[in-house]
Amino acid sequence: MHEWALADAIVNSSLKLAKDKGLPKVNEIFIRIGEVNNIDIDAFNFALSEIMKGTILENSKIIFNEIQANLKCNNCGFIFNYKNEFDRLSEDEKESIHFIPETVHIYIRCPNCGSVDFDFIEGRGIFLEDIK
Amino acid sequence: MNFLDPRVDYIKKRFEKIDRVIGVSSAKGGVGKTTISVFTSLLLKQKGYKTGLLDLDIYGPSTHIILGVKNRKLKENFGVEPLDIDNLKFFSSIFFTDNKPFPMRGNELSDAILEILTIVNWDELNFLIIDMPPGFGEPTLDLLRLTKKIEFLIITNPSIISLETVKKLIQILNEGKYKILGVIENMKSTEDDLIIKSCEELKIDYLGSIPYFYDIETIFGNVDTMIESNVSLYLDKILNKILI
Repeated sequence: MHEWALADAIVNSSLKLAKDKGLPKVNEIFIRIGEVNNIDIDAFNFALSEIMKGTILENSKIIFNEIQANLKCNNCGFIFNYKNEFDRLSEDEKESIHFIPETVHIYIRCPNCGSVDFDFIEGRGIFLEDIK
Repeated sequence: MNFLDPRVDYIKKRFEKIDRVIGVSSAKGGVGKTTISVFTSLLLKQKGYKTGLLDLDIYGPSTHIILGVKNRKLKENFGVEPLDIDNLKFFSSIFFTDNKPFPMRGNELSDAILEILTIVNWDELNFLIIDMPPGFGEPTLDLLRLTKKIEFLIITNPSIISLETVKKLIQILNEGKYKILGVIENMKSTEDDLIIKSCEELKIDYLGSIPYFYDIETIFGNVDTMIESNVSLYLDKILNKILI
C-alpha cells in the first residue's frame, strides 16, 4: 500500500490551499477517491491523521467522496463496470493497478470486443475537493 | 468544478531533494539514449554521487535489459523505494507491468507519469538521470511543467535524419529557455563533421562523440564490465565536461 505517500500529498495540497484561502485553522477536508485507485480507506485515514498532527489540519474531519468507476470502449462504444472486471484479477495484478491505475490496460479488456482501448468515464484519481 | 490534483505539488516537493535532473533526450528513436542513460548513471554512481535512473520510456522500457534487472517487488516507504543496484537507485514501469505491453492514450500516459513521479520515493540524490522516450510528447512536456531544474543531454547519430529531429527539440527547449547541457554524437563511424558544424550553427555545446561499438550488447547485464568498457571510457570524458 502506498497510502502514506498519497496522504502526504493531500496534506501538502491542503496546507497550500489553506494558505491561499487565508484559513488559520481547517476543520473539514473533502477528498474525492476514484474506485480504480483501490485505496484502503482505513489505512489512508490513519496516515492522514498522523501526518496532519502538529499542523493547522490536526483533528480535521475527513469526508471521503468515493466515485464508482465506469469505462467506455473507444473501439466499440461499450460502457462497462470496472469492478466486475477488476474482481477477476489476481492479487498481483490488482496491486499493479493500485500503484499505477493506467495498468488496467494491461490486465483488463473490453468485455464486448476485447479491445485494450478504453477510457475512464469516471472513477480515476484522488483529488482534494475542498477544505473548510 | 475543478478539484486539486495533489500529485503536482507533491512531485515538485520530491524534486526539491534532487540536486540535478538530467533528461537524456533525442526526439528520434534508435540513437542510443537508453544505453547512454544507463552508462551515465553507472559512471556517476561510480564517482560516488548519489544517483538515480528513471526509465520514462513507458511504451518501450529497456533500461532494465541493459542493467540485467528482472521484475521484482519494490519496498514501500512513503510510496515505493526504487530498486537498489549496488548503490544505483533504479525505477522502471516494468515493476508494475510484468513486462507486458502497456497500451494507452496520451492523456493516460500523462497520468501514469504523474503517478510514477508521485509514488517513487528517491529521497536525496545528487543526480536523477531520466531515459526519455523519443519525441516531445507527454513525458517531455510533463517534466518541463513539473521541474524547472531539468537539464537536457541531447543524443544524436551522425545522420541528417536524426539531426533534423534533434534540431526541432533544441528549438523547443531554447524557446522555453531550458538548460541544454550539449549534444553527444553517438555511434560515430566516420570523420564527418556534420554534427559539430550543426552545433556551432545552433550555438549548442558539442560534448564529444562515442564510436559505434558493434558488440556492445554482449556486455549488457554485467554492470562491472560495462563500467570498465570502452563506451564508459569515451562517455567519462564527456561527463567530466558537464559535471563542472
